[in-house]
Amino acid sequence: MNIVKYKNLFFAFSLIIIIPGFFALFMWGLKVGIDFAGGTLWEVKVAASVDSGKIHEFLSNEGGEVSQVAQTAQDTYLVRLKTTNEETLNGLRTKVDETYGPSEDIRLETVGPTISKELAQKAIIAVLLAIAGIVVYLTWSFRQVPKPASSLAFGVCTVIALLHDVLVLVGVFAILGHFFAIEVDVLFITAVLTVIGFSVHDTIVVFDRIRENLKKYDDYPFENVVNHSILQTFSRSLNTSLTAVFVLLALFLFGGETIKTFVLALLIGIISGTYSSIFNAAPLLIVWQNLAGRKFGLKRN
Amino acid sequence: MAALAAYIDIPKIQLFGKTLNHPKINIGFLKRDLEPKLGLDLSGGVQLVLSADMTNVSPDDRDNALSAAKEIVENRVNSLGVAEPVVQSAKTPDQYRLIVEIPGIDDIDQALATVRKTAHLEFRTLKAEPSPEATPSALPEDFEASGLTGADLTRAQAEPSNDPQNPGYVVSLEFNSEGAKKLESITQSNFQKPMPMFLDDEPISWPPPVIQAVISDGKAQITGNFTADEARGLAIQLNAGALPVSLKIESQNRVGPTIGQVTIEKSILAAIIGIVSVAVFMVAYYRLLGLFAVVALFIYTLLVFAIFKLIPVTLTLAGIAGFILSIGMAVDANILIFERMKEEKRWGKEKLEAFFAGFERAWSSIRDSNVSSLITCAILFNFGTGSIRGFALTLAIGILVSMFSAIVVTRTLLRIFWVGKI
Repeated sequence: MNIVKYKNLFFAFSLIIIIPGFFALFMWGLKVGIDFAGGTLWEVKVAASVDSGKIHEFLSNEGGEVSQVAQTAQDTYLVRLKTTNEETLNGLRTKVDETYGPSEDIRLETVGPTISKELAQKAIIAVLLAIAGIVVYLTWSFRQVPKPASSLAFGVCTVIALLHDVLVLVGVFAILGHFFAIEVDVLFITAVLTVIGFSVHDTIVVFDRIRENLKKYDDYPFENVVNHSILQTFSRSLNTSLTAVFVLLALFLFGGETIKTFVLALLIGIISGTYSSIFNAAPLLIVWQNLAGRKFGLKRN
Repeated sequence: MAALAAYIDIPKIQLFGKTLNHPKINIGFLKRDLEPKLGLDLSGGVQLVLSADMTNVSPDDRDNALSAAKEIVENRVNSLGVAEPVVQSAKTPDQYRLIVEIPGIDDIDQALATVRKTAHLEFRTLKAEPSPEATPSALPEDFEASGLTGADLTRAQAEPSNDPQNPGYVVSLEFNSEGAKKLESITQSNFQKPMPMFLDDEPISWPPPVIQAVISDGKAQITGNFTADEARGLAIQLNAGALPVSLKIESQNRVGPTIGQVTIEKSILAAIIGIVSVAVFMVAYYRLLGLFAVVALFIYTLLVFAIFKLIPVTLTLAGIAGFILSIGMAVDANILIFERMKEEKRWGKEKLEAFFAGFERAWSSIRDSNVSSLITCAILFNFGTGSIRGFALTLAIGILVSMFSAIVVTRTLLRIFWVGKI
């Protein structure tokens, strides 16, 4: 099987996923949760089953700055409000109790504007730090890569594959946010960082094999060595991701409600990470090699 | 062979430690309740971020005011009688915050009211007509408000005594001009009598100090042969009254008590299904080798859980997700090794040679790939609070232990049961 030969096809497939996500990101942006935007999230169980629109109207009339009410179970409602203080909330709760019978708080989250701003800043810094840390480690780890490849090429291609996964993840969530109101919170950033780690993890295994094979078969064309290495590591790349996908699927289907989005983000990221390490990262090395070769007129083969 | 025994013993000793410990028996040198610690999202409860309003406090006193506020919130939270509440102070350049976690509490509203109340410090004097047995062993009930309160106190500070008669540490008090006047009249009319201090109606530093002199300059000293820690503790309590800061709830996260139990059950189910599906896959794909990997995985799970309990790691929902994810990743190293062994055999190596080559050659990619995951875990741990830290910590422990279990445990198992069968 010649994977390298069809590399443009694989690049195209990645773009098919990334481009709509990109558009979604620019047109609609990410739907940001209260962690980053500030606000109050109040999940409340009431004695009577009421239409969520009615609850919305009712709370607004009582002075709550409600932006959305969603029914999460038969008698449970998730109410989104602007950042609301204790006193106002207690007032609302009393009104709900009076009108619909005794209520019970399932959860109540309030994030003030200062904290949400700080968190957003910290999140961006964390993602940048993670990428920087990995580039440094990789450049060090692959410093002795044999000719004709350069350790820079390995580093850059890993980062491109990594950005690919981040873009896929963010893009998909921009689309999900628009159509299914799925929000991006602190856990999403956690997922992005984990996916970054994972993506590199996968890429390294393929690159490690290329490094080894370059030493072994130093008289073969670079393209063939890369292709051979991809095939050799293919089942391993797929199997390790499969086991991670198994446990994540189990978590997604049977685990707790509150981390569903988080697990979904991990799933998308890990699948993308596996794809990009096999079909993008290693073929990109060849693209790099060809460009570099053309420039200096040193193309092997 | 000895090394072999050691290899296998390491997991076993810890294994026994774990199995024995489960029903709360201690390993002797470790005295700890080995029940897993649950985070707020699992036990139910409330997490608060309170920001302290420092506009009326001079910049120099703000740190003192924050530690005083922390002390007082801590006392109040402890008085709620819940297990393991946490109060932390967090300072950013322009924000002074307290992070309060109260697990397993039923009446959150009442708890909030208690926690946020502004501290009230009062100096009291003996009632005009004390009960017969009042002095010298007076009771807290025998005192009444003197009119001197925390509002009159500028600051309290612990310092080493420079009086050879009263060695140790003393707490010096500085009153404002209003307070100095009140103090003067109180010390005049209550000379040689006790003057206890009450914080939120609770006496602090009992038995109370006795007025030794008439003080007119508003500078008093409490002596009592204190240690440095005692003096500092008293100063913090007094400062809580002197530097009252109002606490605003900046963010809060409440979790009802029922949701946690359901979540735990769901997570356990998900973990079991996850492990079983990984096990089935490994055995189906790698057959006998896979079986060894599954045994290693099982040992891995026990080891990680034992470590969680020993450290102890507070389990949050995200933390459990990290743990379950690490199960999926734990077999990763095994897969790398097995694939390598298969290849080595395909290239014509003997079984034994393939065995060694598989472990040796796979090591560099196992190391490199796990380091990248560990880097992100470290960053996550520093970036986040609560649940994210839990996730980063469980994932990192999982990765480290998985390297151990895949390499040491699997290798030992294979050496004994697989290579030996040649």
